[in-house]
Amino acid sequence: MTGARGERGLSYAILTVFTVLALFPMGAILWQAFQVGPHGIDPSTFARAWRLGHFGTYMRNSLIVAVVVVTVASVFSIMAGYALGTMRFLGERALFYVFVFGLMIPTEAVVVPLFFDLRSMGLTDTLPGLMLPQIAQSLAFGTFWMRAYFRSAPRSLVEAARMDGASSWTVLWRVLVPVGRPAILTMVVLLFMWTWNEFLLALVLVSANESLRTAPLGLSVFQGPHTTDFPLLSAAALIVALPVVVVYVLLQRHFIAGMLSGALKE
Amino acid sequence: MTAKDRGTPPGEPRRVAYLYVLPALLLYAAFLLYPLLHGVWISLYHWDGLTVGTWAGLGNYVQAFGDPELRGGFGHALVLLLFYAVLPCCIAFVLVSAMARVRLRGLVFFRTALFLPQVVAMVTVAVVWRWIYSADGPVNTVLGWVGLGSLARGWLGDFTWALPSVGLVGTWVEIGLAMVLFMAGVQKIPRELYEAARIDGAGPVREFFAVTLPGLRRELAVALTLTITAALRNFDLIYMTTSGGPGTATSVPAFEVYNRAFGPTNEVGLACAIGVIIAVLIFAITSVVTRVVEGRA
Repeated sequence: MTGARGERGLSYAILTVFTVLALFPMGAILWQAFQVGPHGIDPSTFARAWRLGHFGTYMRNSLIVAVVVVTVASVFSIMAGYALGTMRFLGERALFYVFVFGLMIPTEAVVVPLFFDLRSMGLTDTLPGLMLPQIAQSLAFGTFWMRAYFRSAPRSLVEAARMDGASSWTVLWRVLVPVGRPAILTMVVLLFMWTWNEFLLALVLVSANESLRTAPLGLSVFQGPHTTDFPLLSAAALIVALPVVVVYVLLQRHFIAGMLSGALKE
Repeated sequence: MTAKDRGTPPGEPRRVAYLYVLPALLLYAAFLLYPLLHGVWISLYHWDGLTVGTWAGLGNYVQAFGDPELRGGFGHALVLLLFYAVLPCCIAFVLVSAMARVRLRGLVFFRTALFLPQVVAMVTVAVVWRWIYSADGPVNTVLGWVGLGSLARGWLGDFTWALPSVGLVGTWVEIGLAMVLFMAGVQKIPRELYEAARIDGAGPVREFFAVTLPGLRRELAVALTLTITAALRNFDLIYMTTSGGPGTATSVPAFEVYNRAFGPTNEVGLACAIGVIIAVLIFAITSVVTRVVEGRA
């Protein structure tokens, strides 16, 4: 009895220590950015960082990129996942493995050739040039993820709709997609996070055009002239991280389930 | 659908499937698969990105492993593997097995907090840790408190300490991931196994090897796969904190891909070769880990 209580106490102690370790750095820069001191809280550092770092423009660019990438990748992933998960056709398995292969391709292996490919198409230093590779990366995960959902979706739903003479297109968007909202939401939040946080592609593909910088790229440039002004840098760093963190706090279950089960699937 | 088809994979033969897959496949092939192949092709040339390249064969690969600076980078990656993958998995594993036998409440809160470093943009993480390691940062402050002020230094600018310092950031990011994974796994191990081990007189150590370790194999494989991949793909952190410095003390392959292609030397072919090597390493290590840890032949 006391043994069990001791173990319980130990467990909570371990969890608390590591939770504090995980939260401390984030809490500390929050503290710094707000200049918490004898005069209370001062949010003006955020305004200064926002203005000096042009984060209005950069956050807007990031938002545009994220919305387009996530929308296009989600729609096409749903379609491809639907075919791979519910239909039988020649080359089905091969196609599936082709998409799964993409899950393992690191950005580092494609970023240099991408720069030259996109430049020859006149797409470097344009937002579409930054979006297209990120759509491609998102499609690897999205197709993999949606196929898994469609395979597990109840066949009876599809068959009932078919009896009523619905086309495959109608079955997909009117029957399966509404039922699959949780799976789709998981995919959407993960793609949003990966797209928002992407740094290397932005650094290489849109670095010559200041007005196209994304928020993470803007932060890295902002760091240059303000190397040791940590309150200001902290405020800027928080601005960049905030959108994803907010979505994460609201939908943490989806993040964790998606990021871990992506690798847990057979 | 005929009865004969029922045992086969779901769905019926349909040509329309190709139309559904086509848009995804085109974009995916054009902007991920093609660049990958193109990268392999470029890696076989000496090329500065401007003039006509000359055939190099495997020359760039020889250089990637032969050049002392680049070989040093792979050495650093190996050290970072310890910090990103081995250390978090070991620590999390021991800690979680200590809480294996009790049902805990409030796990949602702990899980959300522990997993947070995984979702924060790496550029933000870098800014935070640059401050923590700075001359007036908390690390030096704490050292001063405990009377070790003489050890204080700018950690990221120190030839000896820069690499472990960057590594510990990786440990911080990945340890929560490992804990969350193992906590979920350990709750699925049947209580009866622990009770049976107790009745057999097993101590904590035997219990660990007989019950907890086998029960968490799958989770361990996943954790190692994800953390090893993160260790090899740490461009953002290195670029933002040290840019490979001081000197080449924290130079890693992921950083050299960028540095060689777009830095002062314009060795585009070499950069592509390093990128290909990173990809191959990720494929190789993850498939080995999956086989060994999951115990598949």
